[in-house]
Amino acid sequence: MTAAEIHTHKHRWWRSRSVQRFMQHRLAIVGMVMLFLLTLACIVGPFLLPYDELYIDLRARFSPPLSGDHYLGTDPLGRDIAARLLMAGRISLLVGFFAMVLSTAIGTVIGVVAGYYGGKVNSALMRFVDAFLAFPSIFLLLALAAFINPSPVMITIIIAITSWMEIARIVEAEVKSLRERDFVMAGRMLGLRNSHIMFRELLPNMVGPIIVAATLTVARAILLEAYISFLGYGIQPPLPSWGNMLNGAQQYLATAPWLAIIPGITITIAVTSFNFIGDGLRDALDVRNDPA
Amino acid sequence: MIAQGRISKNKAETAMSDSVLSVRNLTVDLPKGMERQHAVQDISFDLPRGEILCVIGESGSGKSVTANALMGLLPSLMHVSSGEILFQGQNLLKLEKTALRKLRGRVVSMIFQDPLSALNPLMTVGDQVMEVMAAHGEGTTETREKRALELLTEVGLPDPTLMLHQYPFRLSGGQRQRVMIAMALALEPDILIADEPTTALDVTTQAQILELIQKIQRKKGMSVLFITHDFGVVAEIADRVIVMEKGHMVEEGVADTVFTAPQHPYTKRLIAAVPRLRETDRPNASEYRDETDEPVLAVEKLNMVYRSGGGWFSRVREVKAVQDASFTLRRGRTLGVVGESGSGKTSLGRLLIKLLDSDSGQILYEGQDIASMRESDFRGLRPKIQMIFQDPFASLNPRSTIGHIVTVGPIAQGMKKADAKAKALTILEKVGLDSGAFGRYPHEFSGGQRQRVGIARALMFDPDVLVADEAVSALDVSIQAQILELLDKIQRETQVAMFFITHDLRVASQICDDLLVMQKGRIVEAGPPSQIFYDPQDPYTRELVAAIPGTDHILQQA
Repeated sequence: MTAAEIHTHKHRWWRSRSVQRFMQHRLAIVGMVMLFLLTLACIVGPFLLPYDELYIDLRARFSPPLSGDHYLGTDPLGRDIAARLLMAGRISLLVGFFAMVLSTAIGTVIGVVAGYYGGKVNSALMRFVDAFLAFPSIFLLLALAAFINPSPVMITIIIAITSWMEIARIVEAEVKSLRERDFVMAGRMLGLRNSHIMFRELLPNMVGPIIVAATLTVARAILLEAYISFLGYGIQPPLPSWGNMLNGAQQYLATAPWLAIIPGITITIAVTSFNFIGDGLRDALDVRNDPA
Repeated sequence: MIAQGRISKNKAETAMSDSVLSVRNLTVDLPKGMERQHAVQDISFDLPRGEILCVIGESGSGKSVTANALMGLLPSLMHVSSGEILFQGQNLLKLEKTALRKLRGRVVSMIFQDPLSALNPLMTVGDQVMEVMAAHGEGTTETREKRALELLTEVGLPDPTLMLHQYPFRLSGGQRQRVMIAMALALEPDILIADEPTTALDVTTQAQILELIQKIQRKKGMSVLFITHDFGVVAEIADRVIVMEKGHMVEEGVADTVFTAPQHPYTKRLIAAVPRLRETDRPNASEYRDETDEPVLAVEKLNMVYRSGGGWFSRVREVKAVQDASFTLRRGRTLGVVGESGSGKTSLGRLLIKLLDSDSGQILYEGQDIASMRESDFRGLRPKIQMIFQDPFASLNPRSTIGHIVTVGPIAQGMKKADAKAKALTILEKVGLDSGAFGRYPHEFSGGQRQRVGIARALMFDPDVLVADEAVSALDVSIQAQILELLDKIQRETQVAMFFITHDLRVASQICDDLLVMQKGRIVEAGPPSQIFYDPQDPYTRELVAAIPGTDHILQQA
């Protein structure tokens, strides 16, 4: 009687309810498509364009978009904006992505340890989180950026340092609630070490909220990089980034608006794609949406 | 009012039929993709006037769905595909929303299983009772307050004037349930539907609530539809009974007749599976007849105080969870602990397995005191003392395969992966699961099967002591019987000493060689089941035994 009741349905991840729900979220699909196209453009685009981002053609300075060879126009130095945009995209997206990876790693570890141990360890770590949250992150970033060599790697690191707190709080809350479940006690009963329980038993159960937070962190990281590069403290020219393209476009807003509008729209597309995907993931992974 | 006009009492009609509500061929559909097409299929019954009708069934039988359908409270995913519910000549299913709403509370009332979630946490008790009356436009503010006071007194709540202004979180489970009953009775309905109202309560509280419902029913001549899974409750209060299985009504009749002469095989199986109070003690499973043999585990004056709230700004609250507990566990024998919630039995189990730290006292395992041992020293001994947990859904990591769940312990203790897997497959067979379960996930299994996995996990280490913390409390009664049988078989084969924690005295009577009765952290009585049940010494034990539902009726047999 018992063995016969086991389902023989093969479980493939794309058939799971969460994936189905995600597919029904129209904005999330739009986000995924936009992101895919943008990433593809950034990877392959520079090879397909007639000009590279460093080629200076002074005779074609300030060409508006769709005039001749330069599809998106040229900048004050005559460089092709399309090429610069896509190269900048590589840098901005990579910085955003790796900042997310680093901040998620830091936040998860701190959150898991704080949530699992409770008591004084929890108090100490969460106050540490609160301390970081109390700093206005832009100012902290600018202050740090003033001290370091602003290479993409360093920018990634300092963005990560100012973005891990939200994930830490989310993870700490999840761990606190999961910690009381019987399977955690069963783990201790079996003699499993605390580190094993934290990272091999508890962590897989929190993948959902972490992924949602991570997706939204990428969006934020991209914006932060754009802010500090715009202010001149981030990625330095001649290396292009969406932010420093905006910086260069400031003084020409009245005469050559496309210099600002184009990188601005691209940033918007990137950030909103991640936000849509994050929303879709949050709705898809929310177990309360399951039928009773 | 319009509703009253439409549902005017038709004297001739009601004089003819003896039933206040008739259900005819009701079928409720489930959404696509569930394990069957209908939640309930083609059920018909009458709710007799002035009687208590019990609907009994295991989980998934459709009993709650029936109750919700009667009130028009089905979730939007389920809808009635055919049938009718006749009340005074009207089909309730065809009634429009406003008319149905006027019926609810005034003619048909419902009380639910979990009183904490059924009461609004932000409104006082008095406000909630008065809200029922206000919603139906009954009386004025002063008369409502007076009536609320009357109701609270009638349901037996202490200090009703103070109770009016209390918030639900201050009340105990039993008190909250009384408040719900007061709310249900506010407008003197003809029909009361009770959806497992006592399942979440202690056995003594349950007895009180059942008595209250019976008293009120007799006084007002109400008809009660009582849903439960416990045959003891049915034996205690039912006039008539309906048995449901997987959405079908398999048997119906007068309660006494159904017990003494069940017709349907499912009913027979269900009645046979209900744990009985034994008159004679359990045949000794132990091969060690010699009483002077060393006990496996000896507990001396164990104490634990539960402290909470000791942050930097709040005061510490202390509760004496376990006080001066002393007992022994012997090979091949089962020691049971019974008590209500808050008695300390769960804490005691956790202390034995060192998931909680004791404050004083000794736990002697093979001569060594493990109570004061540090975790790093004790880790090597952990395999010998294992636990089976209560909740089959929460005790298995939903993200791990069964194979991983069962082998992670031995592998962490040094066993080779291949050996662990081989042993796991043997043990999974032993507990009644097929070897294909190894690669599957917990959500693919039923509650009873998951509990078997929990037992397999505990057995992987060949433990000397097995602590079963309410291991069968969350299971349906027929599955419960199977798991108890399995535990008995395992004890005979491995001579493991078992410490069985439960709140259900009937289950304890079935499986235990000796019993401890706990109250508020103290062991108040110890002895074999026959003594505890038939000759209890301590007044609390007497109270507990008297509260067991159904004992003065037909269910008491050897």
